[in-house]
Amino acid sequence: MNNNKLLLLGDEAIAQGAIDGGLSGIYAYPGTPSTEIMEYVQASKQAAELNIHRQWSANEKTAMEAAIGMSYAGKRAMVCFKHVGLNVAADAFINASITGVNGGLIVVSADDPSMHSSQNEQDSRFYGKFSMIPILEPSNQQEAYDMAYFGFELSERLNVPVLMRITTRMAHSRAGVQRRESRPQNELRLPSDPRQFVLLPSIARKNYKKLLVSQTAMELESEKSAYNQMIEGTDKSLGIITTGIAYNYLIENFPDHKCPHPVLKICQYPIPRKQVTELYNSCSKLLILEEGYPLVEEMIKGFLNIGKTIHGRLDGTLPRDGELNPNIVAKALGLTVTEGEPVPEVVKNRPPSLCQGCGHRDVYEDLNEALKEYGTGRVFSDIGCYTLGALPPYNAINSCVDMGASITMAKGAADAGLVPAVAVIGDSTFTHSGMTGLLDAVVENSPITVIISDNSTTGMTGGQHSSATGRIVEICKGIGVHPDHIRVVTPLKKNHEENVKIIKEELAYNGVSVIIPQRECIQTFARRKKAEKKETNE
Amino acid sequence: MKNDIILAGVGGQGILSIAAAIGLAAVNSNLYIKQSEVHGMSQRGGDVQSHLRISDKPIASDLIPAGKADMIISVEPMEGLRYLPFLAQTGWLVTNVTPFNNIPDYPNIDDILSKIKAVKNHIAIDADAIAKEAGSTKASNIVMLGAASLFLDIPFEKIEEGIRQLFGRKGDDVVQLNLKALRLGREFSEKNK
Ligand code: SF4
Repeated sequence: MNNNKLLLLGDEAIAQGAIDGGLSGIYAYPGTPSTEIMEYVQASKQAAELNIHRQWSANEKTAMEAAIGMSYAGKRAMVCFKHVGLNVAADAFINASITGVNGGLIVVSADDPSMHSSQNEQDSRFYGKFSMIPILEPSNQQEAYDMAYFGFELSERLNVPVLMRITTRMAHSRAGVQRRESRPQNELRLPSDPRQFVLLPSIARKNYKKLLVSQTAMELESEKSAYNQMIEGTDKSLGIITTGIAYNYLIENFPDHKCPHPVLKICQYPIPRKQVTELYNSCSKLLILEEGYPLVEEMIKGFLNIGKTIHGRLDGTLPRDGELNPNIVAKALGLTVTEGEPVPEVVKNRPPSLCQGCGHRDVYEDLNEALKEYGTGRVFSDIGCYTLGALPPYNAINSCVDMGASITMAKGAADAGLVPAVAVIGDSTFTHSGMTGLLDAVVENSPITVIISDNSTTGMTGGQHSSATGRIVEICKGIGVHPDHIRVVTPLKKNHEENVKIIKEELAYNGVSVIIPQRECIQTFARRKKAEKKETNE
Repeated sequence: MKNDIILAGVGGQGILSIAAAIGLAAVNSNLYIKQSEVHGMSQRGGDVQSHLRISDKPIASDLIPAGKADMIISVEPMEGLRYLPFLAQTGWLVTNVTPFNNIPDYPNIDDILSKIKAVKNHIAIDADAIAKEAGSTKASNIVMLGAASLFLDIPFEKIEEGIRQLFGRKGDDVVQLNLKALRLGREFSEKNK
């Protein structure tokens, strides 16, 4: 079976590469475009047979920490999330480079340039650089597989976590992938230095010095890495550096994929100084093609800074934002750009919207009605399907900043005197990072109304397991919300009057209220019914 | 050979099944393939597109350059027009004519159809009606695949094989229904090319 090519998404290639590379556990919180990595491992028969740990975590930080723990125990672990998830995990992530690893540890962060499904387009490579660890950035699905497979070994050899950075197209594009022989999992084994993972200042200082010293080794790894390639070209008026999939967009523009200029293809960082210097010295000017922020461009301008022109995102040769594509690269090279017919004017925008019959719709109808007497501008939302309540016909929410921000923002606004202030948050987001904010509000008895719109799943990313299912009322009680002000309702048309009345009562209450509209996401409901039907038929 | 195809539709309309069927057919024909998909927020009833590239030589970019697509397969009439900037001068627009109307300002269907007719190479097919004839409107995406298959450099049998693989787990009835939908779509193109 190992000889057959599998047709895999980039995300799936990473998952299969990790499984074949001796993975013992994967930890993740769903987020586009990273979700399919965990989903693939969960659906994999091989992973089940190997008893690989593969359950969603409550958030990215808990996922990161669990992965560090598995590494501590000597086993190979992977942690996956989208770029903004790395912000949530950042505390643990940065420190993991100081603790170092025992079993190999790969951190996958999926960036979303052009913000197809995100609130910013931050570039995870900066976190890798910040943390001073190697970064792997695949240019195709085969490399994605290989990097996951070999990344553990690199991590163990250098005694640091390895960051794997992908972008949307890499994550969500499918191609043939050749597998390798499966490698057995590591045995349970404690770190040889029993104090390695204890970041007391005195030990951390020592570890940090070690990390600094190992920078040279990391750079050497990059210089001899097969993922970094110098590709000859005769026209030395320009030298081109690409990172990750930007290489593909470059060569797409040339017959037989042969670029006339010398190209340095970088897929492993730290950037290989030797090859970069060589290219710089042999060409009159450079063009840097990279997705995300101008990381390589800034570094090369900085550390060589001896006068030659460097083109890229910073001087406007490429747009400063958005993902790359073959046409953008063609323009940057001064090649003629093909174009079809323009989009006819009759074509209208088709924004995403809540599914017909979704419970969130009823929640917003109830809430809008209940808030009528107070006017607009008081509703702080969170991130999930329900964020679509910002669009017509509801226009029901006034914020979407980060996971968990709704409750804390409502509290801040209430502190400022905006009373009543309302937070709308989903069940999965609530356990992700809403609970601590609710505790803050309870401690000060802030006059806020929190609506936990409970669809019993993580809807936006396709219905993954939510840690909160069946536990929300108990959690709220445990945090200290007065039981009289925890109100569970069913968001259905027929309950509209009653639900509006309940919301109004709680808006008028001068303390912390939690209203839990509870109705399963119709998508997961339909899937569950179908599966149940199949089971009874069999 | 190369077939660069833009698949267009609305989230939830099943364009990824079309991509999967062509993908299987391509793999079974030992061709290179790259196929990019849309996940996440835009799947909630927004416009979605997939780039599908098949070639007998290695493929570089996961995205098709503008003006270079050999075909747009659209399961919804307005969505086909959205990607015209990708279509090559010689390319084909193969589109369903039944609108998916989930927005308040959906344009007049006659205006859309006249724009489709203005495209030099086009197939405009009522895939929903034909799918019904085959046994289920759910198979309208496979009707579209059948209609498009005429312009693919892959033998029709390979596509039938892809359908069998794709729906095999769901039982023979489903396979037969989809094979019928596929053939009816193909026949429509043959007659109306
Ligand atoms: S996926 Fe579920 S939660 Fe999201 S909009 Fe649809 S029904 Fe609502």
